[in-house]
Amino acid sequence: MVAPRPDPVEIWAWLDAVPDPEIPVISVVDLGIVRDVAWDDGVLTVTITPTYSGCPATSLIATEIESALRAKGIDRLRIDRRIFPPWTTDWLTEKGRARLESYGIAPPRAAGGPERCPRCGGSDLERISQFGSTPCKAQWRCRDCLEPFDYFKCI
Amino acid sequence: MDALHEFCLRMGDNTLVLGHRVSEWCGHSPVLEEDIALANTALDLIGQTQMWLGLAAEIEGQGRTADDLAFLRDAWDFRNLLLVELPNGDFGQTMMRQFLFDTWHHAMLTALAGSSDDRVVAIAAKAVKEASYHLERSAGTVIGLGDGTAESHARMQAALDLLYPYYGEMFAADATDTALAAAGIAPLPESLRASCDVRLRQVTEEATLTLPASSFAHSGGKTGARHTENLGHILTQMQWLQRAYPGATW
Repeated sequence: MVAPRPDPVEIWAWLDAVPDPEIPVISVVDLGIVRDVAWDDGVLTVTITPTYSGCPATSLIATEIESALRAKGIDRLRIDRRIFPPWTTDWLTEKGRARLESYGIAPPRAAGGPERCPRCGGSDLERISQFGSTPCKAQWRCRDCLEPFDYFKCI
Repeated sequence: MDALHEFCLRMGDNTLVLGHRVSEWCGHSPVLEEDIALANTALDLIGQTQMWLGLAAEIEGQGRTADDLAFLRDAWDFRNLLLVELPNGDFGQTMMRQFLFDTWHHAMLTALAGSSDDRVVAIAAKAVKEASYHLERSAGTVIGLGDGTAESHARMQAALDLLYPYYGEMFAADATDTALAAAGIAPLPESLRASCDVRLRQVTEEATLTLPASSFAHSGGKTGARHTENLGHILTQMQWLQRAYPGATW
């Protein structure tokens, strides 16, 4: 008796329920780090890519993906790590970008800075630091409401 | 290929040793934002180390890992540039060292996009995004502090005078470099010099700093022939845990 193999479309939906460990408002799919889901001779292979090469969340993400899929009954599972093509913020989903902003993190923009303050919508902004609380963010401040906020770096 | 193995060690040891040096600032920086920026830069560099030393270990084929190479080799096996093992000094000296390294690192990683080895292309494509961000920050900080107060200007000039003699090693070639270039794996080091010099002149000029007249360059780091005494001191800290408790894990 061969165990049923869930369709990759269904598996993508399950993965879309796995939160990013550092920004739990978006999923690992929203973040664009799940690159491929495929059955290979009865083994499910999930291919992931790191955001930044030293991001400490990468190994935790692999563990969380694995435990989420095991909870769905998939026991023959492999997580592959791929670094090329390199991760880009272009892979963030529209849903992910919207959730980031409503959570208080300005989404990335090719112009290199946030479009508006995620709290008050103000456009008079200044950069405090090129880096922030995680490798993928920078610190900005709104001169309208005077609140600091995180900006998701565009790479 | 032996030259590729050596090249991976050189790239990985640069990012490992500089990453460790920069991480020494964690909790000691002049302001919180700089502390976070330095820690994040160190994190990127250590991440890149895992890729380069991982590839070195794979090519070596003796069952060793990137961690084994980082924590269980002794000073004479390290292939990093002398520049990256120099002490942090003050914040300005740390940022000048970072700027000199980033200038070369960014040029090298950009050139490696055309490498004949797909594994090298993949690592470089990942790392160059981080390196360009580092360069933007270190160049901006050198300009801000150089063209800052009399005190910050004097410190940045002193940092440039101290570190410039370590800039030339990045562009000096040996037999390994020649073999790498012949195989299309990596550019000849001197081919990067012109564009790096242009950037160095632009940034130091904007920072109101004067480049030292002498082009004398220390060497011996990337060949492993003659490291400074600083490297051994770094290793006593960086490798202490694995030396005292072999095989210890989290």
